[in-house]
Amino acid sequence: MQPPAEHVHWLFATGFLFLGLCLLGEAIVGTDVWRRRPWRAYLWPGITFVMGLLMWPVMTFFTNSTIHMLAHGAWAQVLMLAGATELALVRGKISSPSWRLTMALAFFASGASFLIHEQNPWFFQRSAFLHHLLGWTLLGAAAIPIARCIRPRSVALGSVFALTFVALSVMLYCDRDLAPVFGHLSPLAGVPHR
Amino acid sequence: MNAELVSELEVPRHRTWRSRAVTTMGPATVLAGVVWALVQPERVTLLHPRGQGFWWLFVEPPLLVVVVGLVFWLIVAPAVLEDLAEAEDDATAR
Repeated sequence: MQPPAEHVHWLFATGFLFLGLCLLGEAIVGTDVWRRRPWRAYLWPGITFVMGLLMWPVMTFFTNSTIHMLAHGAWAQVLMLAGATELALVRGKISSPSWRLTMALAFFASGASFLIHEQNPWFFQRSAFLHHLLGWTLLGAAAIPIARCIRPRSVALGSVFALTFVALSVMLYCDRDLAPVFGHLSPLAGVPHR
Repeated sequence: MNAELVSELEVPRHRTWRSRAVTTMGPATVLAGVVWALVQPERVTLLHPRGQGFWWLFVEPPLLVVVVGLVFWLIVAPAVLEDLAEAEDDATAR
């Protein structure tokens, strides 16, 4: 009954896509309008926190190696931390915009985890390529939450932040357990199943 | 005779770029999912369901994109547009 790994990637891609749309909506209309209804204020921080929670079963059931387990565990923790921080900011339990740096930490830790737990080179197969791409994208994108701490009301920064999640979802949707990338597939990777 | 007061008439609301952008996001996402399904029909397992397991039938990426677009379009966007219109009216009144 355990889903193939690629299906787990696609389910998380769906979460990231919805997260991206919500963040883009907030960037466009502004935080004040977005938070006029309480359910909407808690929507995307809540999704982030729940996605962090859902990383724990991934850590438990997809233990290909110790490094995979550590990477998935790190994602679970930083996603929950980022989600919980945003929830606390919305609730008013904390107020300093510097708390938004936890999102930068989440991006950095996620990017590092992707790069560290992918032990094959870029063109080994598609999932290897995407893990490298996701890792470097997240490391680069870690600058965006930092910039948002300095200019929290910037529509451009908010939009770029949101579109980062949309881009991440596209990359995750492209992930396959075993498939070529730009015509490259290492003979060591195996035979594509579909 | 039309007894309706002028103040009660529906004035066509001027749509800002913000409201247009929010209105477009859901349908654009649905369209992206549909186009993806047409380009890669093999990723829509419902088109060839015989012999497929639960996960292959439950997790179909192009359909998930369509569902996300529909949820945003039908559930999230209407309330956002309503609040945006109110906020813009408040700003105009001030």
